Amino acid sequence: MKATTKQSILPLLSRRQCLKGLAALSLSPWIKTVYAKPADILSGSEFHLTIAQTSVNFTGTPRLATTVNGSLPAPTLRWREGDTVTIHVTNQLNESSSIHWHGLILPYQMDGAHGVSFAGIAPNRTFTYRFKVQQSGTYWYHSHSGMQEQTGLYGAIIIEPLKSEPIIAERDYVIVLSDWTDESPMAVLDKLKKQSDYYNFNQLTALDFARDVAQNGLMPAVDKRAMWNEMRMNMTDLSDIAAYTYRYLLNGNTPEANWTGLFTKGERVRLRFINSAAQSFFDVRIPNLKMTVVQADGQNVEPVSVDEVRLGAAETYDVIVTPKDDAYTIFAQSMDRTGYARGTLTTRAGLTATVPALDKAEPLSMMDMMGDMNGGVAVHHAKTEYGASVDMRVDTPRTNLDDAGIGLRNNGRRVLTYADLHTVGGSMDSRPAQRDIELHLTGNMERYSWSFDGVEFDDSTPIHFRYGERLRVILVNDTMMTHPIHLHGMWSELETPDGQFQVRKHTFSVQPAQRISFLVTADALGYWAWHCHLFYHMHVGMFRTVVVS
Amino acid sequence: MLEHKTSQVFMLMMFASLTWAEDAPTMDHSKMNHGDMKMQEAEVPEKKALPMDHSKMNHAEKSGAMDHSKMNHATMNHTEMSMQGSDVPENARDPHAYSDGETLHSLPFYHNDSHNLYSLVVDRLESVTTTGNAAMTYDLQAWAGQTYNRALIRAECGMQNGKLENARTELLWAHAITPYWDSHLGVRYDSGSGHNRGWLALGVQGLAPYWLYTEATFYVNEQGRVSFRTELEYDVLITQRLILQPRIEANFYSKNDTAHSVGNGLSNIEVGMRLRYEFRREFAPYIGVEWASVVGNTANYARANGNTVDETRFVAGIHLWF
Repeated sequence: MKATTKQSILPLLSRRQCLKGLAALSLSPWIKTVYAKPADILSGSEFHLTIAQTSVNFTGTPRLATTVNGSLPAPTLRWREGDTVTIHVTNQLNESSSIHWHGLILPYQMDGAHGVSFAGIAPNRTFTYRFKVQQSGTYWYHSHSGMQEQTGLYGAIIIEPLKSEPIIAERDYVIVLSDWTDESPMAVLDKLKKQSDYYNFNQLTALDFARDVAQNGLMPAVDKRAMWNEMRMNMTDLSDIAAYTYRYLLNGNTPEANWTGLFTKGERVRLRFINSAAQSFFDVRIPNLKMTVVQADGQNVEPVSVDEVRLGAAETYDVIVTPKDDAYTIFAQSMDRTGYARGTLTTRAGLTATVPALDKAEPLSMMDMMGDMNGGVAVHHAKTEYGASVDMRVDTPRTNLDDAGIGLRNNGRRVLTYADLHTVGGSMDSRPAQRDIELHLTGNMERYSWSFDGVEFDDSTPIHFRYGERLRVILVNDTMMTHPIHLHGMWSELETPDGQFQVRKHTFSVQPAQRISFLVTADALGYWAWHCHLFYHMHVGMFRTVVVS
Repeated sequence: MLEHKTSQVFMLMMFASLTWAEDAPTMDHSKMNHGDMKMQEAEVPEKKALPMDHSKMNHAEKSGAMDHSKMNHATMNHTEMSMQGSDVPENARDPHAYSDGETLHSLPFYHNDSHNLYSLVVDRLESVTTTGNAAMTYDLQAWAGQTYNRALIRAECGMQNGKLENARTELLWAHAITPYWDSHLGVRYDSGSGHNRGWLALGVQGLAPYWLYTEATFYVNEQGRVSFRTELEYDVLITQRLILQPRIEANFYSKNDTAHSVGNGLSNIEVGMRLRYEFRREFAPYIGVEWASVVGNTANYARANGNTVDETRFVAGIHLWF
């Protein structure tokens, strides 16, 4: 909307006046609103990206989204490993902005974490990112300022390997999954702070209780609820935000708009799934089609054939499919089962396949609260986990990596777990860890406060990595939500429970009452963000700065 | 004298229930395989036993009933698993140990996540109908602040023929003391029907186990009178939007107060049931029925003044917030 109409019609007015004017003018029949377009694919080594507001309409009501070059998702950037890329980012918003290259190994000044590694891009300023591309695979980029990631600023990055591509495919599609709300993200956060179950319309009711009593008897029905209610924990708290306000998008398309990718029978089709959602986990499957997972977070993995993949916010998985029929549905249901994103793979535009029903939401289990009661692993709670900011602590976390997670257990489908992932070539650094850093994922759902070690970002101190050291990070999830944790600037190499290298990723989803550990080589000097990639958790304080020096 | 004792027992019970609420065992151990779980053998410490600090209250009577050092902690101690709340163990980790002396302010770039919140919660705005009478009641809270500290106005009032009756308005500082409880410290002002008077207020508000919403506040006025007010609410979800809410409110006083026709001990109690429909979370009309009664000496005063001692009320109103 801004891009074309502003300059031609109202050149002298400020941007704000312009938007107000346009809101009124849009009622006029002769002014056509320019809506966000689908993502272009931009290749090369020099790019010009402009961040601005553009109209979108996902619900019947026009809204302004934060876009790059007028598209949602932002343009797909195609780079080549070994190239030095130059990206000129111009901010045409009223507020500061930024772009963070998620999962990229680069100098911290180029990382784009607003308020951590640089000061952000002021309105009407251009910031030039320039760095050498030292990796290949599927990545993505997004704003690291304000609420812009929720309002549309995210796009895919494809980096071609320097050597020949080991993953062979005749077709190649980026599948950017995201969530959209017509509400202002601040209003959403406000509601969650005032009533944290605001968006949860899947709670257990008295009628459910009556049904449970009829089926299982009074005492089992009471027992099932007693401990949860006594602890003031909600076993249906699967996602803070649901389809009540969200529309789930696939490449910027609602399920009705049905993004469609074409193929010819017999072709190998590479799908690069990226979860760009602010606050949603997606469980992705293509009914009647096996998916061979070949890459996780941009790193090639030993191929593994599955029916379904869960993507935490910020995780990416590349899969190869070889479709034999005429049409298939790409079905990505949200973890709380209130909605889905959907697209179609077909041999001919216009064909569709059946869209499956949403699975029934599965309430959290005792395992998600207690972990492994027989587990012997020691935990070290921080002294700040005993106050008002932490509503539970897990003393006996589970450490197994072969659990697909809530809603995916025993669903009759072969679901990918972290235990299935093996990075091709193994670990980058064979040194053992010189020391451990233990960090607990904490929160208080009732107050909607989220933190590490019970300390929100504003009250935290930076975490110091000594330059060059190899260290072990232990994450213990003391909450009943799954948190995708992302460390900027350095790879995280996940360990098996018995200390063997498992997989290299940039973002790990830590399940409720789970303990995971990964090794990091602190070879990137500077200031880095480390946070939960659930947008609203990050915003209220589940965030740390890491200093490597 | 007997009445006096009764009031003390009531207060003790209230304390005990609050204490229990916070330090209750979080689960039934008999049903669990503990493995090597860390157990908290709970000798409930002073500061945890009561979410309020008695030393700050100027009790008129030092009879001991309010002195919780004489309360039998053993009866409320439960072997507790340390999953929620509890004391900080000595060997707990220092969350700042990894900083090596760095602070956020020593870094070149800075951002701040905190933001202020404002809310108005009209818990009840209702018309009250009794036999041959109609009135209005409001019960609201307005607050401003952040996650753990808030300034709070809490007000409840009946209105008859456009006149305030028994208006209670409190200005409180709310501070989060445990995951589910805020402490309140502030002042209360009663007005309407010539009953104006001020109190110091000290209490708690939060969720007791099983999601029982609780307000419990002690008040002291300049004459050294102590009163205690408690309100309990519980939401029973019939469906996701149709919600039945039982509600109890009760007031206690330490001394007879002829000027205000308030007797010592339990003075009045309201027991209600409201059925609301949440068109939105923020907007829910309701209907309900409530039984209200004055008891004890307060009832005697009422009878002496020719007033009824109990009544059944039909209420219709809205619950809203933003």
